[in-house]
Amino acid sequence: MEEVTRDQIDRAIGDKDISAARRALARFWRQSPNVAAAGFVVSRFETLRPHIALTPCKIAILRSFTVEPAVPLLRATAFIGGVDLNVRVGDFDTYVQDVLNPASWLYAFSPDVAILAVQSRDVAPALWEGFADLDRAAVSGAVEQTVERFRQVVEAFRQKSPAHLIIHGLQIPPTPAEGLLDRRSDWGQAASFARINHGLFDLARSARNIYVLDYDGLIAGRGRAAWYDHRKWVVARMPIAAGELIYLAREWMRFVYPIVGRVCKVLAVDLDNTLWGGVIGEDGIDGIQLDQGYPGDAYRSLQRAILDLYRRGIVLAVCSKNNPAEAMEAIADHPGMLLRPEHFAIIRTNWADKATNLREIAAELNVGIDSIAFLDDNFVEREWISEQIPEATVIDLPGDPMLFAQALRECPFFERLELTDEDKARGRLYAERRMRTELEATATSLEDFYRSLRMKAIIEPVNAKTLSRAAQLTQKTNQFNLTTRRYSERQLDQRLAAPDWRAFTVQVADRFGDNGIIGLAILRIQDGVCEIDTLLLSCRVIGRTIETALLAALAREAIRDGATKLVGWFVPTKKNAPARDFYKSHHFVAVQEREGATLWELDLVANSIASPQWVDVKEPAHE
Amino acid sequence: MNDAVELQVRQIAADVFNLPLNQVTGQTSPKTVDNWDSVQHLNFVLALEEAMGIQLEPQDIEQIRSVGAALDVVRKKREK
Repeated sequence: MEEVTRDQIDRAIGDKDISAARRALARFWRQSPNVAAAGFVVSRFETLRPHIALTPCKIAILRSFTVEPAVPLLRATAFIGGVDLNVRVGDFDTYVQDVLNPASWLYAFSPDVAILAVQSRDVAPALWEGFADLDRAAVSGAVEQTVERFRQVVEAFRQKSPAHLIIHGLQIPPTPAEGLLDRRSDWGQAASFARINHGLFDLARSARNIYVLDYDGLIAGRGRAAWYDHRKWVVARMPIAAGELIYLAREWMRFVYPIVGRVCKVLAVDLDNTLWGGVIGEDGIDGIQLDQGYPGDAYRSLQRAILDLYRRGIVLAVCSKNNPAEAMEAIADHPGMLLRPEHFAIIRTNWADKATNLREIAAELNVGIDSIAFLDDNFVEREWISEQIPEATVIDLPGDPMLFAQALRECPFFERLELTDEDKARGRLYAERRMRTELEATATSLEDFYRSLRMKAIIEPVNAKTLSRAAQLTQKTNQFNLTTRRYSERQLDQRLAAPDWRAFTVQVADRFGDNGIIGLAILRIQDGVCEIDTLLLSCRVIGRTIETALLAALAREAIRDGATKLVGWFVPTKKNAPARDFYKSHHFVAVQEREGATLWELDLVANSIASPQWVDVKEPAHE
Repeated sequence: MNDAVELQVRQIAADVFNLPLNQVTGQTSPKTVDNWDSVQHLNFVLALEEAMGIQLEPQDIEQIRSVGAALDVVRKKREK
């Protein structure tokens, strides 16, 4: 990808091409989310601000350390995410007075969100610095006092302000005072800070709009060794290394987005090379990558992350360029898939442009286009959506599929601060609605479709003129072929010379024209049992109920020849999945298994097979 | 001495102090830039560390009294 330059951004702003300027700024910020670039991004957004719609939000930062260098990073991140932050930072360590005093700047500012950015060494200095000097009673006393002070601050704040409050949890020291011994005691230094955090989480759960930011988790995720900059702490009370500040800013925004309602409700996903490796239309269902190991696991991890969002109430949709039947088969039947048709509220697999599809998905689900997120491995598709639908959230996927799941999990627009049972069920309810609607639609329209075809089937015994075509069909037909037995012309002719063998061809015509001979059945009738040796249909007519018409004709033929049972093997191959359920769906019963093959049986006395009304069948003339 | 390092340092100063690049020279300093206060000084130092991949000592931070001085400090650090 080509780098975006400051000049390009300034040219777009000069040309008053606001949406191009915004896109370029977003790309610029993705390629260099650092302290210097933050200054640039913020200044350009201040220029653009009158021309674009942003969600305003006032944030007060109450702190015990230097946070100022994180503020431009925070504002730049927020601008790119569509939020215009007004940030005020309190004085060092004055947060207790600021919160307790109703006349303080804090309440005059009337923030939407307040962040209590404190660190262990400041709020529990005895536990941080002089831990080895303390006995167990002093340690437990310090833990209780610390939680109690937080409680007083929270209660005072809650009484005076309706704002959301985000409290930094306390971090665990990277090198505990007593070394390895620290973990030998359940009142060690690390354990004591964990107890305080436990108290904070309890506190947050018991009050409205109070949250704890897992600050220790954030530091550990980045690496304790990388996070701290001791020199800056000594010189400027800035404990965090320059390159790590962006992660603190992003963590703050993770709370801010759901607070201001900047959230995505729908995730629209691509299929090929996103949900699985490879292209279903080229590689086939056996060729796409979804196995355990590399690279299948990368795609399965992404599916797990998507499934987690579904459990959080995010509505899922498929938006991909595929043949619908192939895509659906992979989603429904591939053993490696974690996501299944029942998880998707909408499945759009077609060759139309994805912006049109996304707009239709939003309309159908009755949500704003700004609550749709788009997940696609293809950079060109992502750019197209950013350009066509600037309001939509386009998730930036890295090139390496191994990183897909993490990129999705880090997307802050799926964060929720509360979750009701109704929220949790939302994804499922939408998906169920789709399946019902589809069933109704197909039940009526398929029948109409069949009728509209005005199909005629001519079923007749193989004769000298059709023998060659019949043998050819056994050689070439792979998909709808129950036994895949291959016959040469001579072999077939020999079979038919015996009195107990029969063979029938099927010729199908419809209002669009004559398809010629496209099906074949070979029967052997012995001792009251009619065995279907071969039953096949060319793929051109699969799914039009011709197979049922043929089977009904065969049953009548069997009865005429004195059979009371119709039996047939299904011999699975790599390609004949379309025929797998043929006998079962016509109420045959499995009676025998042999080397993966199944023998199916239908009692012709107790059962009959109805020929579909919409196929006009012409049967063999009988003397 | 219009080389890549110089351009990078000037660009960082332009970003942090919100100045057009062509107005940033070696002489650009707290005396010529209104918003070069202690907070912005820290931002400038952090931006230099991050972009140039260096770690500045307390005495280096004091020495940076202009963009030209910042460039000298950066060059010295990168030689080591």
